[in-house]
Amino acid sequence: MLKHLATAAILALALPSGAALAAEEGGHHIENVDFSFDGPFGSYDRNQLQRGLQVYTQVCSACHGLQYLTYRALGEEGGPDLPEDQVRAYAAGFEVFDQSLADGAGDFRPATPTDHFNKSSLANAPDLTLMAKARAGFHGPYGLGINQFFKGIGGPEYIHAILTSYTGETREQAGTTLYENTAFPSGWIAMPQPLYGEDVEFADGAPNDLDSISTDVSAFLMWTAEPKLMARKQAGFVGVMMLALLAALLYFTNKRIWAPVKHPERRQTPAE
Amino acid sequence: MAGIPHDHYEPKTGGEKWLYKRLPVAGLLYDTLMIPTPKNLNWMWIWGIVLTFCLALQIVTGIVLVMHYTPDTSLAFASVEHIMRNVNGGFMLRYMHANGASLFFVAVYAHIFRGLYYGSYKEPREITWIIGILIYLLMMGTAFMGYVLPWGQMSFWGATVITGLFGAIPFIGPELQTWLLGGPAVDNYTLTRFFSLHYLMPFIIAGLVIVHIWAFHTTGNNNPTGVEVRRTSRAEAEKDTLPFWPYFVMKDLFALAVILAVFFAVVGFMPNYLGHPDNYIPANPLATPAHIVPEWYFLPFYAILRAFTADVWVVQIASFVTGGIIDAKFFGVLAMFGSIIVMALAPWLDTSSVRSGRYRPMFKWWFALLVFDFMVLMWVGSQPTTEPYATISLIAAAYWFAYFLVILPLLGVIEKPLPQPATIEEDFNAHYAPKTGGSKTLVNPAE
Repeated sequence: MLKHLATAAILALALPSGAALAAEEGGHHIENVDFSFDGPFGSYDRNQLQRGLQVYTQVCSACHGLQYLTYRALGEEGGPDLPEDQVRAYAAGFEVFDQSLADGAGDFRPATPTDHFNKSSLANAPDLTLMAKARAGFHGPYGLGINQFFKGIGGPEYIHAILTSYTGETREQAGTTLYENTAFPSGWIAMPQPLYGEDVEFADGAPNDLDSISTDVSAFLMWTAEPKLMARKQAGFVGVMMLALLAALLYFTNKRIWAPVKHPERRQTPAE
Repeated sequence: MAGIPHDHYEPKTGGEKWLYKRLPVAGLLYDTLMIPTPKNLNWMWIWGIVLTFCLALQIVTGIVLVMHYTPDTSLAFASVEHIMRNVNGGFMLRYMHANGASLFFVAVYAHIFRGLYYGSYKEPREITWIIGILIYLLMMGTAFMGYVLPWGQMSFWGATVITGLFGAIPFIGPELQTWLLGGPAVDNYTLTRFFSLHYLMPFIIAGLVIVHIWAFHTTGNNNPTGVEVRRTSRAEAEKDTLPFWPYFVMKDLFALAVILAVFFAVVGFMPNYLGHPDNYIPANPLATPAHIVPEWYFLPFYAILRAFTADVWVVQIASFVTGGIIDAKFFGVLAMFGSIIVMALAPWLDTSSVRSGRYRPMFKWWFALLVFDFMVLMWVGSQPTTEPYATISLIAAAYWFAYFLVILPLLGVIEKPLPQPATIEEDFNAHYAPKTGGSKTLVNPAE
């Protein structure tokens, strides 16, 4: 019977229209990057996040926004950890629209640390706050996603790959220019190459070649997506340790309780 | 109320007697905790406690999350990010709630397959089994609606696809779908009602859990031998059983602590592993994701839903016989719900007089294949519908039905079971017999 069903289904194609499944995604290879925050004990590199912030501010923010992130988060522990005065100064460099100004008509004012970063200024540019969690770089083997166990889900790696995989080719399609990018699922992306290397100068003299600044800004975007990563890993570690201890105690308690039931013949031994 | 004979609560002090006369709650707790439990239960009998814990965890974390969440399409996504960023410990609450759902389903699948292997569904435990299936269905509904609440891309499109299943029902489908959604398409009215029901249903589950426990406390637990506890006298029953407290409470708590250690490792170190990245993109009704995939725990049934396409001959026959009322889409929906209904009917489809799979040499292999089949369905449900996945899912879906509708009824007739132990005590002592032997007469120490 199974054989019959199998033959009958050989040409099975699109399913019930409700399940809108598109063609399989492109098998583009995403290179793993050794980030400092990988693994159970990895943590953010504060200097790298500050460099990434600089790349974001000087390049990405021209089009993209970070609407779920507050300026004050820049001063939080486990992040770029900027001193309070720098957070204030950084925020003041941006303008936000405040409905309460000008007698309810609303007006622009300099941002304060409690304000959120601006939304994307270009309509087509996606917000970047959660981008590092909204993309997966690794899927294999056979779509099982088991390699994510070892490499992580691959969001920052995906961003790094996008930034470094432009070929320089362009193509016109329906009035828009598309740029060839070997990491992008369709192979052609609407975003022009944003980074070329040496786009920014770092005060600490860190390398600013294309690969380095792409890595820095990818790490920064991982932080904007998951600002509590370090606190979370710590809570997880404490939880695992406490539960391991509790499990050990319960193991011996359980063993002791069951001993006379399982091994009644040992009841005579005085050690018990 | 029938049951295994055991000692009952006796109020001793004046205060206890006073309360007992008015509300025998202490007696209820005592009888529940001291229920005689077969002493040969193995480690597959720990999942009940894990499930109870999961329900409590989901309710507690959920209630706190509700304090910070906003069920409005323009604010829901941002309010989840508010929980992740600004609420004290909010990121742990949300990750525990999201991964708690996964733990819940890991446990329920282990619990269901344990029941299927050891014949826990068989007479006289049919009611326990049916209540269990109802709980499982409610769990699926609750999990599905909970996944819609963050209002990400998968939330929105998952809701669109799943409610579309109801739209496939002939005649009443479109109206039913509109009624479920609250309007013509997934929108704010859908989000608010899903939020309300997502909050309500766990409490219905809690009520059913009490009935589930009540039912199997009446029949007594099944056990790995499938042999019933002797209940002619208390003395005999006590040879087969031990009170739930402390023997099984401690055993279950130990298992729970081990499982929670793994759970905390997942929450702490890889909380998004089981989620879908697309749900970190705010819902956009104008952009369909390339790949709409449900959460992992729905994948086996999603695979069955998609397996029956218009060119499969059973679908064509069904379509021809019903004059086109049953099309491929509706057939898929029927197959998906049918796959759970055949499972619910297992007590009446299984014709074997032997309860436990341990003494059923042929059943063992078919059952192992069913577990493998479930894994294959789960994997294929996450794949595109191109070849070879379409054929694989059709074969796997066919086996699921064949197991319940053909193999279970036939095995009872053609299989020659192995000898079963006469009593639970015999099985237990054979397992823990001292290597030297000869102490079999020394069983059961006086307490």
